Amino acid sequence: MRFMTIYKPGQETTTPPTQEHMAAMGKFIEELAKSGVLVTTDGLQHSAKGARVRMNADGSFKITDGPFTEAKEIIGGYAIVNVKSKAEAIELTKRFLKVAGGGESEIREMHEQPAFESRSPSQFADAAHQRPQPEPTQ
Amino acid sequence: MFDVNRAIDAVWRIESPRLIAGLARITGDVGLAEDLAQDALVAALERWPQTGVPDNPGAWLMATAKHRAIDMHRRSKRIERKHEQIGHELDLQQEMNVSELDAAVDDDIGDDLLRLMFTACHPVLSTEAQVALTLRLLGGLTTDEIARAFVVPEATVAQRIVRAKRTLAEARVPFEVPRGTDRDARLSSVLGVIYLVFNEGYSATAGEDWIRPALCEDALRLGRVLAELARNDPEVHGLVALMEIQASRLRARTGPSGEPILLLDQDRGKWDQLLIRRGLTALARAEQLGGARGPYALQAAIVACHARARTAAETDWERIVALYDALAELTPSPIVELNRAVAVSMAYGPALGLELVDALRSEPALKSYHLLPSVRGDLLMKLGRLGEARSEFDHAASLTRNSRERAMLLDRSRKAAAGIQP
Repeated sequence: MRFMTIYKPGQETTTPPTQEHMAAMGKFIEELAKSGVLVTTDGLQHSAKGARVRMNADGSFKITDGPFTEAKEIIGGYAIVNVKSKAEAIELTKRFLKVAGGGESEIREMHEQPAFESRSPSQFADAAHQRPQPEPTQ
Repeated sequence: MFDVNRAIDAVWRIESPRLIAGLARITGDVGLAEDLAQDALVAALERWPQTGVPDNPGAWLMATAKHRAIDMHRRSKRIERKHEQIGHELDLQQEMNVSELDAAVDDDIGDDLLRLMFTACHPVLSTEAQVALTLRLLGGLTTDEIARAFVVPEATVAQRIVRAKRTLAEARVPFEVPRGTDRDARLSSVLGVIYLVFNEGYSATAGEDWIRPALCEDALRLGRVLAELARNDPEVHGLVALMEIQASRLRARTGPSGEPILLLDQDRGKWDQLLIRRGLTALARAEQLGGARGPYALQAAIVACHARARTAAETDWERIVALYDALAELTPSPIVELNRAVAVSMAYGPALGLELVDALRSEPALKSYHLLPSVRGDLLMKLGRLGEARSEFDHAASLTRNSRERAMLLDRSRKAAAGIQP
């Protein structure tokens, strides 16, 4: 199943991230790619370069140029991950937020791939019983 | 309240391949490594519900498994003193101590994962064992999940895995990435296992579901991992390209009630452009590395022709025929010939395609292959020979073990009988 994670840093600054921060994030993304779960990811530029487009009830459009004022709502980046469960997406997101140094991520299962149903959650309660008998040491 | 068991499940999915790979290098024994990892998991299941999931769960699991390894080693040393005759046979190195264990684990984990893949797909194991072990050790699947995916009893899978681990230990298969020419042969067995998993998901040989997308996902994940670990092997990228592009069509391949929809009838708007793009990028990478003529890259190039065509009518069938020519030369097989015949029929007309298919009818390998009469039926339909087409579809339906596919073939048979042209 695929999830989109939408990252909201909670603040918007014009100062670029430090080199250490960039390196840590680069390493994290590389790890994510190496574990085979990352489908795509990108960061978004400052909201000053963006706009909001809204359709009014009468069918007319209202276009508001950035920057946006509600800092909490501003999206800083996104990722699409291919994982086994929502729990896995949550675990990965915790790791991402630690590297990002704060903020909030919204995790949403993608609708577009109904065929990618997960298996029913595995029951680890009986992991001990599932474990093969210890084999004699050679 | 978020269920801690689910969190543990998730951590296990993420961490278990690396955990087992690291432990396998320390112990030199994949079976023992998995036992140790499982012990750590059991410990986590006991502890984490009380303490919460630790900050760095992977490190916690590794530390726990290492302690267990050291305990075992000490215990076996005591036994060794009593029974010196078995002492030198012990799996753990004689001189191992805590700091060495730490140093061993801190090495590049990626290399360990690659070693684990090569070991799980070692030729000393049967294909079934390679598949089961790969999904178990690298995919983090439970035996139950593997059993359901391949529609076999769980006990069978469990036994396969136990035997596979014993075989590896008995054959003293070294935990390493092979070098030189050996590497190519071994790599192709790793690729073969991943592709087999993908294909079983993409078009299940038996059972109620025609596709099992979760298996496609597992294979894709393994392929993507391998592409990161073996970046300079063009065929790895060829295989990933092939799987990404095939997977891009998953949504379009079945109708509302799970019935198969054939390639040319699919709603291309449902194709996943993100996966297509990933696939085309991987294919370009394979070609850049000089691997355009590898068997997987060629197959990827063929599916890329479909992916690039916005409508079925835009498909470059002549290029597909040329690619099949190259593939047939490289890996001659009646199945490749059959596919080539389909491409020829699309590029140069059904009569020519039928000639090629007819030449395959005496092929023993295709005797019970349902797609031969299915393709033949299709071509006969196009040529207006409906009666013959009908009996081909009936024959094909009797050969497939997949119930969805059977239903589709019987439907085509009915349409042939009713004289409905495609």
